[in-house]
Amino acid sequence: MADKSSDSKPIEAWITGIGLATSLGEGLDAHWDALNQQRINVDEKSFAPYVVHPLAPVSFDAQIPKKGDQRQMEAWQRIGTYAAGLALDSAGIKGNTDILSRMDMVVAAGGGERDLAVDAGILNAEAKGNSAPGFLNERLMGDLRPTLFLAQLSNLLAGNIAIVHGVTGSSRTFMGEEAAGVDAARIALARIAAGQSDIALIGAAHNGERKDLLVLYEFGDFNLKDKYAPVWARDAKKGFALGSGGAFLVIESRAHAEARGAKPFARLTSVVADRARRKSSGDITSTLESLWSKVGVRDGSTAIITGATGAEPATSEERAFLHTHPELPVRATGTVFGHTLETQFPLGLAVAALSLSRGALFPPADSSGQEIEMSKPPTQIVVIGAGHWRGEGMALVEAIR
Amino acid sequence: MTAMRDKLGRPVVVVTGMGVVTSLGSGKTDNWAKLCAGESGIRTITRFPTDGLKTTMAGSVDFIPVEPFSSTDLSERLADIATEEAVAQAGIGRAGDFPGPLFLAVAPVEVEWPQRQELGRAIGPNTEINYDEMLRVSGGGKFTQYHRRFLFGSVADHLADTFGTKGSPISLSTACASGATAIQLGVEAIRRGEADAALCVATDGSVNPEALIRFSLLSALSTQNDPPQTAVRPFSKNRDGFVMAEGAGALVLESYEAATARGAKILGIVAGCGELADSFHRTRSSPNGKPIIGCVRNALADAGVTAEQIDYINAHGTGTPENDKMEYLGISTVFGERAKQIPVSSNKSMVGHTLSAAGAVEAVFSLLTLEHQRIPPTINYDVPDPAIPFDVVPNKARDARVTTVMSNSFGFGGQNASLILTREPV
Repeated sequence: MADKSSDSKPIEAWITGIGLATSLGEGLDAHWDALNQQRINVDEKSFAPYVVHPLAPVSFDAQIPKKGDQRQMEAWQRIGTYAAGLALDSAGIKGNTDILSRMDMVVAAGGGERDLAVDAGILNAEAKGNSAPGFLNERLMGDLRPTLFLAQLSNLLAGNIAIVHGVTGSSRTFMGEEAAGVDAARIALARIAAGQSDIALIGAAHNGERKDLLVLYEFGDFNLKDKYAPVWARDAKKGFALGSGGAFLVIESRAHAEARGAKPFARLTSVVADRARRKSSGDITSTLESLWSKVGVRDGSTAIITGATGAEPATSEERAFLHTHPELPVRATGTVFGHTLETQFPLGLAVAALSLSRGALFPPADSSGQEIEMSKPPTQIVVIGAGHWRGEGMALVEAIR
Repeated sequence: MTAMRDKLGRPVVVVTGMGVVTSLGSGKTDNWAKLCAGESGIRTITRFPTDGLKTTMAGSVDFIPVEPFSSTDLSERLADIATEEAVAQAGIGRAGDFPGPLFLAVAPVEVEWPQRQELGRAIGPNTEINYDEMLRVSGGGKFTQYHRRFLFGSVADHLADTFGTKGSPISLSTACASGATAIQLGVEAIRRGEADAALCVATDGSVNPEALIRFSLLSALSTQNDPPQTAVRPFSKNRDGFVMAEGAGALVLESYEAATARGAKILGIVAGCGELADSFHRTRSSPNGKPIIGCVRNALADAGVTAEQIDYINAHGTGTPENDKMEYLGISTVFGERAKQIPVSSNKSMVGHTLSAAGAVEAVFSLLTLEHQRIPPTINYDVPDPAIPFDVVPNKARDARVTTVMSNSFGFGGQNASLILTREPV
């Protein structure tokens, strides 16, 4: 595709498809209802003392019809492939080979789901003195399912989306926790704005119901323990409750959408990102202030949807930034959905676009006072992501009237 | 004056710095001498016990000590070395202040066996080990460093700190095409006018027991262990798999205009990039070769060159029965009869398959091919495969006039990426 010259006006991009499968359910109506009912699905028992937001029951068959495909995936890939299918359905391009074969894809992914029983079996045997050279080799050769590797590889979520849904224009996978979700949206939008791409599928998926993942975050003491509390009410106990969910968006140039008669949920106006060094107190706050000045907020009815994690010092520093905009209604997706790492920013974009398309911001699910009611329809929503350890991002999503 | 913009009106993207580490050695000079001498970097694994393994050799980088070893620590060290070389050659920015973004191809990061075994020991000998017990001992600050180490973004985070790249560093994986994708992202950013310079790095230090066993269980690896130097046999009838290898490649990309303005030496041009995903199978290419064919054609179109202008192909050439057959099908469909005349060689015959790093390592080697007007051979080519009638530059390097190179990378998950590299703007 011919790029347009780098100094002309950016091409307008619309969000024309949203796919959500989370702890609140699947699909846009279910999410809109749950958000308005301030419903939260949280589990304090199954992984006690760790709090998680489990995936609501979904029928994977509806988007991944072949059982063989489902068997080749671990949960995070199934969730993502499912949500990606919902996004394509929502955009009205499911099965449209002409478009799917030139559709670009940027997936933000983690990966690496372990076979917990295999790991524990090996460690127990080693603890009982099986330390001969080659013992680990022998057990791994015998115990690992050959296809488990493919369910662990980060780029195989995109690979499965290509296989199951036929998205093949391009396939790129970004890694790097929360920032990967910001950058997936940022790069896809930059390419569309510059004429390097007409239509893209972006998103991520996360399985929060994983003890191996809890171990990684427990190393840093980031897991919320014992009792659930909204993100803004974790003064006594810091940290995040992992959440399960997939969030995918179809983003396309306005001209491409209009030519095929697609209706937009919202305009994706800008996505900006940076990486505060986080070496001294206030680094995150000042980076967010700088991103705010770049994201292009206009006069109008404005709200904020943030992926604030509950991890410190990121969340306190973000709060210091939010306090400079006390008039703006804020909603923290972490309170409702838990923390979904790579997925949190696409999830924020999805919920923002959904809210703008429904002409309202959903009510707060928080009693700390940080989140205020919004009575008039928002014209723009700023989506914020400040990673638990690294990475800051912001997007401006606007209503299309 | 040569045009600063290409045929499509976009900024021309040039290379002004390159660095490389492979099993052959550290740095361009050493690597190039050994590549042209047809030396192999594949050796018997000594890093860990190989008892019970079907494959016991690899192109591991053992001359750079990393203690205690983890694949992520080695990946980071290799990336550091290659990037230092590239940035020093480019002479760009100031130390620790690179004036552009970072695009890093890196293997997916995960907690590895030594750390898992450390948790096992922390639980103690009289308790049944399971993940609940592992969780119980993980917190409280004893293992804080493992959180930092085993985040997916940790290597990019380190490079961004060390080299002072700007903005949000992107870590990416397109499996064995990752290195090419990192370069493509840099090219696109410069063409959009977002940046005058980009640092594109690809690294892989994956030779550890579980990674090797994973590939082994998929029957992807060569088992011709003895002697290890002859294991990788791209395009040969008796090829039986790839050989895992470690390494890193780094490229400093700049707009031609910015590079010229600061008087930088131009090492080559990234004229075009192509990609196309395959939806056929998780590990196999579509039997009709269409995605590879489309990827190659996309790269040619993006560069604005015709197939006739390509005078050397730096093949993906892994030495697996499947890859080499499909690569021949793809290239012969696009290039027709010329597919038998264009030199097509595989660096992997010597350095092994550096996985996430391969696309960038081989881009560096392709640019060195242009610089030296000499094509590195495909070694271990003793039994030609009659179904693959390429001129593989068998066993001995060859002087040749090379103006335009195509470098291919294909990976699990339907990943295909091709780069077009030239000496002069096209």
